[in-house]
Amino acid sequence: MDRAVPVGLAGARALDRAESPEALAARRQAMEDAVLAPLQKTGIRYRLLMGSFLLVFAWGMFAWSVQIRRGLAVTGMSTPIPWGFYITNFVFWIGVSHAGTFISAVLRVTNVGWRTPVVRMAEFMTIAALLMGGLMPLVDLGRPDRILNLVLYGRFQSAIVWDLLAVTTYLTGSLIYLYLPLIPDLALARDRLDGGRFPWRVRLYRVLAVGWHGNPEQWRRLSRGIRIMCVLIIGVMVSVHTVVSWIFGMTLRPGWHSTIFGPYFVIGAIWSGIAAVLTGMAVFRRAFRLQSVITRRHFEKLSRLLLVAGLIYAYLTLNEYLTIAYKLEGKDLSLLTALFTGQYAPLFWIYGIAGMLVPLVMLALPWTRNIPGIVTASILVNVGMWIKRFVITVPSLAVPQIPTEWASYSPTWVEVSIVAATFAGFAFLVGLMAKTVPLVPMWELSDEMEAGNE
Amino acid sequence: MTGGPTDRYDHGAPPEGEPEGLLDGDLTRRAFLRRIVGGTTTAVLTGAGIGVLGGSALANGDEDHGSEMDHEGGMEGSPGTGASSTRPRRWAMVIDLRKCDGCVELDAPPQCTQACNWARFVPEGQQWMQVVQTDDEQPEGEPPHTMPMPCFQCENAPCANVCPVGATFHTVEGTVLIDQERCIGCRLCMAACPYDRRFFNWGDPEQPDWIKDQPYDVRTQIPAKRGTVMKCDFCVDRLEAGGLPSCAATCPRGAIYMGDLEEDIATNGSEVVKLSLFLHQNGAFRYQEELGTRPRVWYLPGRGELVPRTHHDELLTDRLEWPWREWNGHGAMGAGAEPVPEQGG
Repeated sequence: MDRAVPVGLAGARALDRAESPEALAARRQAMEDAVLAPLQKTGIRYRLLMGSFLLVFAWGMFAWSVQIRRGLAVTGMSTPIPWGFYITNFVFWIGVSHAGTFISAVLRVTNVGWRTPVVRMAEFMTIAALLMGGLMPLVDLGRPDRILNLVLYGRFQSAIVWDLLAVTTYLTGSLIYLYLPLIPDLALARDRLDGGRFPWRVRLYRVLAVGWHGNPEQWRRLSRGIRIMCVLIIGVMVSVHTVVSWIFGMTLRPGWHSTIFGPYFVIGAIWSGIAAVLTGMAVFRRAFRLQSVITRRHFEKLSRLLLVAGLIYAYLTLNEYLTIAYKLEGKDLSLLTALFTGQYAPLFWIYGIAGMLVPLVMLALPWTRNIPGIVTASILVNVGMWIKRFVITVPSLAVPQIPTEWASYSPTWVEVSIVAATFAGFAFLVGLMAKTVPLVPMWELSDEMEAGNE
Repeated sequence: MTGGPTDRYDHGAPPEGEPEGLLDGDLTRRAFLRRIVGGTTTAVLTGAGIGVLGGSALANGDEDHGSEMDHEGGMEGSPGTGASSTRPRRWAMVIDLRKCDGCVELDAPPQCTQACNWARFVPEGQQWMQVVQTDDEQPEGEPPHTMPMPCFQCENAPCANVCPVGATFHTVEGTVLIDQERCIGCRLCMAACPYDRRFFNWGDPEQPDWIKDQPYDVRTQIPAKRGTVMKCDFCVDRLEAGGLPSCAATCPRGAIYMGDLEEDIATNGSEVVKLSLFLHQNGAFRYQEELGTRPRVWYLPGRGELVPRTHHDELLTDRLEWPWREWNGHGAMGAGAEPVPEQGG
């Protein structure tokens, strides 16, 4: 499957070696060609894939229309378990959205050289995941027609208002943060793309490139803007998942009534987010033939970050469950029984073993620390974390708080369709962005090549 | 009673005067009470300043207890509080578990729940007042303990704290109400309520057709609206009119007392007690008080021992009725068999 551009492949190997200016220029040219290629050529497989994503998304929208017509009665939610797939999915997507920013901003602040080819696709994922995640509370509302009440009567004492503010701030910040480093690349695309073949696209690039010509003053302002944004966005990122956790943490429910939830959710988001970026990288690398740009080195470096996030997450999980399991308060006992041996045990152990233990081992062992191994681990992490969010959301609601029967929840086709639609919508948005703007920040890559740093 | 229901509970608006119509002019509370107690057997005193059930149609089932009122002495402990009759009430409920068997001895479903359903047109399947059997182990042959659970109208109400739009709110008198015309249906309050006392209209709520055409009233939660949360409201409209909540008025054992912490008095319709003393002397507790929610519902510990037990063990909750569907099916109310379409907004 290594049908890479040969020059680029050689170039990647030669990254650390000193090169003549001519060779460097040639290599940069090849790299630019590889990155710009997806913008110019669109294959039938891409169209088919995007079409199928759209179909799934449209089906989900149909399911939503059924729900709007007939009310939430078409879902599996009931009075004892008022939240289900939608809130699970909300937490999942907000979690995935963390990776882009984490990888991009943290690595940029710490000036880690190898980040360059992966940051932009990570940022794409952030935007797409936030849009999909942000949709979920709206879908979950009993009265979506009254969404404006949040603005008209919003109470700052409510975690939902914190969420609304945090998520919208994060989305705005992420868009700006995606856009700033994109400007030189948009200018490049504007200059390099054939205006005759892609008239509207070149016009779009011209508008978006805001007159970028790469003069020193423009570079100075841009780098200053990027520096400010990456510091700001890290704070916003931490706040977003913290307040998402507080929707749960601010209640008296067993399993939610926990001080650890803020950091627990932030780390969980980074853990699932990096895994999502690794999975996305593998897809992009293959689909857009970017093997010369995204190499095994990037997977290995990122997988180490993933391992660290996973170990912290495992540590926090141990903290969370051991402290309540040791004391065994009444309601905690019924929750833990349901999780460890009861009706939620299959899900809980799938998450614990297949979603956490196995990926951690795979990431730690040298034999599986290669691209297929890392990608497999990443997919397991993401599946596991979706289940984990379900296991956080539903069993705590199912625990009877007064002496009544256990409630149970099983999603209906409407909920499954809408959740599936968010995955399709995510893939569609990322695919669309990857075709519209350069997937790899070329100017940063060139800088890096010239500096010859790692 | 002055003022329409909506302006009375228009969020944040100061309370209007007390229902001075009940205690007008220079008639003192004591004199007023004396007159009522002496004057009629059908009137049920519901506490000094709380009001009188008088000829209210809601006072059903209490007639035979009316003359037994012997607790005027209970008021002696609060002398000089006559001037306080203009102060806001602080509603409180006391449930005497010694008298509660969940109505199994009557071979009936819990009558408090049933009365609540009837009086409030509770949408099908919801039990705003719900009788549960506690988890306590009972020896062989002993009936389980039963516990009626209304909304506890917590003073530190988790539901009101988390509401993003202020749709659930405290009234000045201490009840927690829901404005179903503002509620966005996020259900964070349901997740937050540690007592599972909130209910959601997942689809179009089933209610009698003629109810659906009523103008919305935040106190009675009528008509119920799709996609919004509902719960026990302490029957605030009945309290204001001088009555007892439906559950208290109907309880066949008189186990449910309604009272006013401000006036320190409570009644179950047949007996008037000095609230603080009543709670203290009977070792009252509040359900899971340790959660810090400060419920306004107290329980007197008991296991239905004041009810002679003979047979049933299990609650007959499966015989509870929400007959709205049948009513609507007959179309007797003239609204037609077609369900009224939900109105937006």
